[in-house]
Amino acid sequence: MKFPVPHDVKAKTIPGTEGWERMYPYQYQFVTDDPTRNQYEKEMFWFYDGLHYPEPLYPFDTIWDEAWYLALSQYNNRIFMVPPVRGVDHRMINGYVYISPVPVKNPEEIGSRVPHFMERAGHYYKNWDELEKKWKVKMEATIRELEQLEIPKLADMEDIKVVTDAIGESKGFHLLKNYDDLINLGIKCWQYHFEFLNLGYAAYVFFLDFVQKLFPSIPAQRVTQMISGIDVIMYQPDEELKKLAKKAIELGVDNAVCFSQEWTEVEAALKKLPKGVEWLTSLNLSREPWFNVSTGTGWFHHDRSWNDAMNIPLNGIQTYIQKVKAGVNIERPMEQVRAERDRITAEYRGLIEKEEDRKQFDELLGCAKTVFPYVENHLFYVEHWFHSVFWNKMREVAAILVEHGIIKDVEDVWLLRRDEIKQALWDVVTAWATGVTPRGTQTWPKEVEWRKGVMQKFKEWSPPPAIGTAPEVIQEPFTIVLWGVTNSSLADWAAVAEVKDPSTVKEFKGFAGSPGIVEGKARVCRTVEDIRQLQEGEILVAPTTSPSWAPAFAKIKACVTDVGGVMSHAAIVCREYGMPAVVGTGHATKIIQTGMMIRVDGSTGAITVAR
Amino acid sequence: MAMASGSGTAAAAQGGAPQLCWFEEVRKEDVALVGGKCSSLGELISAGVRVPPGFALTTHGYARFMRDAGVSGEIPGMLEGCGHDDLEQLESASKAIREMIEEHSFAWELEDAVAEYYRKLSVRCMVPAVPVAVRSSATAEDLPGASFAGQQDTYLWIRGVDDLLLHARRCISSLFTARAIAYRIRMGFPHEEVALSVGFQKMANSYTAGVMFTLNPGNGDRSVIAIDSNFGFGESVVSGEVTPDHFVVNKVALDILERTICSKEITYTVDPKTQKSVKIETPFERQSVQSLIDEEIVELARMGKAIEKHYGRPMDIEWAVDKDLPAGGNIFILQARPETVWSEKREKEAAVAGKASSAMDFILSSLLTGKKVS
Repeated sequence: MKFPVPHDVKAKTIPGTEGWERMYPYQYQFVTDDPTRNQYEKEMFWFYDGLHYPEPLYPFDTIWDEAWYLALSQYNNRIFMVPPVRGVDHRMINGYVYISPVPVKNPEEIGSRVPHFMERAGHYYKNWDELEKKWKVKMEATIRELEQLEIPKLADMEDIKVVTDAIGESKGFHLLKNYDDLINLGIKCWQYHFEFLNLGYAAYVFFLDFVQKLFPSIPAQRVTQMISGIDVIMYQPDEELKKLAKKAIELGVDNAVCFSQEWTEVEAALKKLPKGVEWLTSLNLSREPWFNVSTGTGWFHHDRSWNDAMNIPLNGIQTYIQKVKAGVNIERPMEQVRAERDRITAEYRGLIEKEEDRKQFDELLGCAKTVFPYVENHLFYVEHWFHSVFWNKMREVAAILVEHGIIKDVEDVWLLRRDEIKQALWDVVTAWATGVTPRGTQTWPKEVEWRKGVMQKFKEWSPPPAIGTAPEVIQEPFTIVLWGVTNSSLADWAAVAEVKDPSTVKEFKGFAGSPGIVEGKARVCRTVEDIRQLQEGEILVAPTTSPSWAPAFAKIKACVTDVGGVMSHAAIVCREYGMPAVVGTGHATKIIQTGMMIRVDGSTGAITVAR
Repeated sequence: MAMASGSGTAAAAQGGAPQLCWFEEVRKEDVALVGGKCSSLGELISAGVRVPPGFALTTHGYARFMRDAGVSGEIPGMLEGCGHDDLEQLESASKAIREMIEEHSFAWELEDAVAEYYRKLSVRCMVPAVPVAVRSSATAEDLPGASFAGQQDTYLWIRGVDDLLLHARRCISSLFTARAIAYRIRMGFPHEEVALSVGFQKMANSYTAGVMFTLNPGNGDRSVIAIDSNFGFGESVVSGEVTPDHFVVNKVALDILERTICSKEITYTVDPKTQKSVKIETPFERQSVQSLIDEEIVELARMGKAIEKHYGRPMDIEWAVDKDLPAGGNIFILQARPETVWSEKREKEAAVAGKASSAMDFILSSLLTGKKVS
C-alpha cells in the first residue's frame, strides 16, 4: 500500500503558517537536512493518531504526547524488553501527531531479548494484583502531591516569615521550582500510566486474537463481552449521580435540585433549605475525587471536569431524578450482563473442538480478566483525576503570567511550549526581583496572536491518515489494539479521506461496537454540554464519548461515534445497557445532522441515513 | 426401531419386519431399516424439529420387491465381468437392470399398504391426494466419510398412489446407474448388500427454501450458521442454478452478521394446471428482493442450532418456508445430515494454541509472529 512521502506533505506549508515548527519540540519535525534521518523517515510507516488527537495540538498540550512517547517506548524497549518491538516514534505536521512503531530488525537480538521479557513481563503477570495495589498507592500519592502543590504569587514585599523563620528562599524561586515540580509530576504520572498498560493490552489483544483464530467470524465485541460485567471505577462518577438523585428524593429536595439548569441558582436555593444543606454535604463527598472526571478525554486543556462545569453533573442528576420518580430502574443491569457474559463464554467454549485449545482459552480469558480492571481504571486516575487538577494548576501559573503582562488571557498560556513558559517565568521572576519590566511583555502577546491564527489554519487542514511506507507486519501491541492498524483499516483510512461531500452519503460503516439494530432520530452532540438537548429515545451521534457523558446513555437507544474501537467508552457502555453502538466511523458527525432518521446496525457496523 | 404401538404399520402383518413405517417411528439408529435420510427425519421429529410428515418404504420392503421382481437373483449375472472403467459395458448393464426394475410392479399387499399410508398422510395434511416428494434414502448414504449423496434421485410434487409407486421404483432403479455401479465396484462394495429405503414426504409448499450449514463452509468457523436461500423450492439452491441469497448468523448471539442479496433469476414453483414442479424465470422486480425476512433467518438459525446440539456435530440442513401456513409455524426442515468436509479436516489440523501452554507462552509467541498487515 502506497502512502504519500512525509516530507512532501510537510513541504506544502499552509500560507500564513510559515515558521510553525517553532511551536513544537524540534525533534518532532520531519527533516530534509539530515540524509540519514531523512532516509529513516521515508522508510518508516507513520499514521495519524486521530484516536487521541482529533484536533491539532496546542503547543503546551504536547506535554502528554511527549509523556507517552517516552513512557510507552521505555517500557517496551528498555524495561520489559518486548522481543520484536522497540518504542513508538513521533512526528508532527501542522500540529497533528504521526506515530510509527519501531521494530527490532535483527533476529538474533529478538532472540536474546526473549529470556529477559519472560522474566520481566512474567513477574508482572504473575504478581499482577499485588503490584496493582502498589500502583494505586504510588498514583494516589502523586495526585495528592499535585493537589498540594502551591503556585505562589509574587508579592511586592516578601512575608516577614522569610526573615523570622530564616527561610532563605524567595517566592520567586518557589514559583520557578514549583513550576518544574508541576511538570515533573505530570511526567511521573505518565510513567505510572504505562507501568501496566502495555502488558495489559498484550494480554487482551492476544486473547482476542486467539479467539478470532478459533472463530474467524466472531465479532470483536463478542470477545470483549466475555470480559464484561467486571466492576471498574470509570462507572463510579455516574453511580455518584444516581446516588445523589436518590438522596435528593429521599430528603425531599428533588424539586429544588431540578428547578434550574444553572448550578449556581440551584446551589443558592439549596443553601436556604436545611435538607438542602445536608444534600450539598453529600454532594461535596461525591465531588472528591469523582467529579474530577473530565468532560472530554482529559487529554486537552479545554476538557473541563465536572467540578469545573457543574451544570453537566446537575443535568445528569436531574435526568436520574425524573427517571426514579417515573418508576424507572436506573441501576446498571449487572446481573443480566453477567448472566449473558457467562452464557456467551460457555457457548463459545463449548464450540472449541480441541482440548489444548480449550485449556488455552481458559488461560487467556483468565489473564484478560485479570488485566482488564487496570486497562480501564488507569484512565480515571491519570487522564481524568490527575489531568483535571493539573490543567487548573497550570491556569494558576497562567494567571501569574497574565498579571505580569506576558499574556493577555489565562487561556493564552496553551499557545506556549512548556519550556517557553519556564523561560517566561524566569523573565517574570528576575524582572520582579530586579524591579524592571519583563522583556516578554513586548514579545509574547504578538507571538500568541500569530499562533492563534496558525492554530485556526491547522484546524481547517485535514491530515492524511497515513504517510511513509506501510510495513508487512505490525507487532507493537498498542498499534494493533488502540489504533486497529490492519490492512483493511489502512484501506478504510484512505476511503475516509476521499469523502468529499458528506451531505450525499446514505450509507457508511464503522466498527460494530455493540450488537442490535435500531432506527430513530439522530441527535448530534459535539460536546458533553450538548447532551442536555437529548430527547428520550434519540440516537446519540458524537465525536467520541467519555465517562462524563454517562447520563446521556440513560436517555438514548443507540450511539454512533467518529472515533474509537470496540474497547472505547461508547461501545463498553452500550454493551452494558444492551443497546446498539457503531464506533470509529471517522465522520458520522459530519454526515449526520440532528433530526435525521438513521438506522444503526451494531452487529455489522452499518449506518443508513434516510435522505 | 422406536416403535409407536398400534399405529398400524406393516410391521404387524409381516411379523416384525415392517415394510412401511412413519417417520416418527424411527430414530437415527434405524439407518439399516429406512436409510440415512428417513432415519434422520425421524430423529429430527423426536428432537422436536418441525419436519413435513411422511412415511418410508423400508429396506425390508425394498428387499421384498427386489425378490419379487427377480432382480436380486439376476443382477450378479448381469454384471459379471464388468470393470469399473468399462463404460460401454456398464451402460448397457445399467440400462437392462433399470428397465427390469421400473417395469415390475410391487406385490399387491405392498401396493395396498402404500395406498393406506398415503390416504392417512393426506388426511393428516388435510389435502386430498397430498403432493409428496419421493426420495431415495440409502443405507450407505449420508454417513460421515461415505459421500454417496446425490447418487440417487428425488422426485418432487408427486400425487396419487400409482405415481408414488412408479417413482419409488425409479428411486430404486437409480441405484443401478452406470456411475453407481462403477462406484461400488471401485469401492469393493457388493451389489447384493446394497439396500435402499424410499421416503414419501409431504411437499412443503415453499415460498422460500434453501440450505443451511451450522458452520461457515468457507472457513470452517463453528461459531456461525450459513444460510443460502431462494424463492420457491430448494431445488434451485441445491442444484446451483442460481446464486442464492447468503446470510451468516452468529450462532451464539443469533445476530445476522452478513447479508448478501443476489440477483436470483430462476424459481422452482408448482404449475397450477399440471400440479407439477416447474422452473420459471423470476419476475425481474423480484429477483433482487431478500428471499428470507430477518425474523425467519433468526428462527432458522435457532432451529439449526438445536439440530446441531441434538446431533452433537456440525450439520448440513435443507429447509423450506411453507406459504400455506402462518408465520411462527411455517419453517420446516426437509433433511439434516452431518457436515463432512470441515469435520474431517478439523481432526487433522493442529490446535490453534500451538505449542504454547501458559498464557505467557502464547503472548510471547504471538508477539514474535506479529500481525500481517499487507
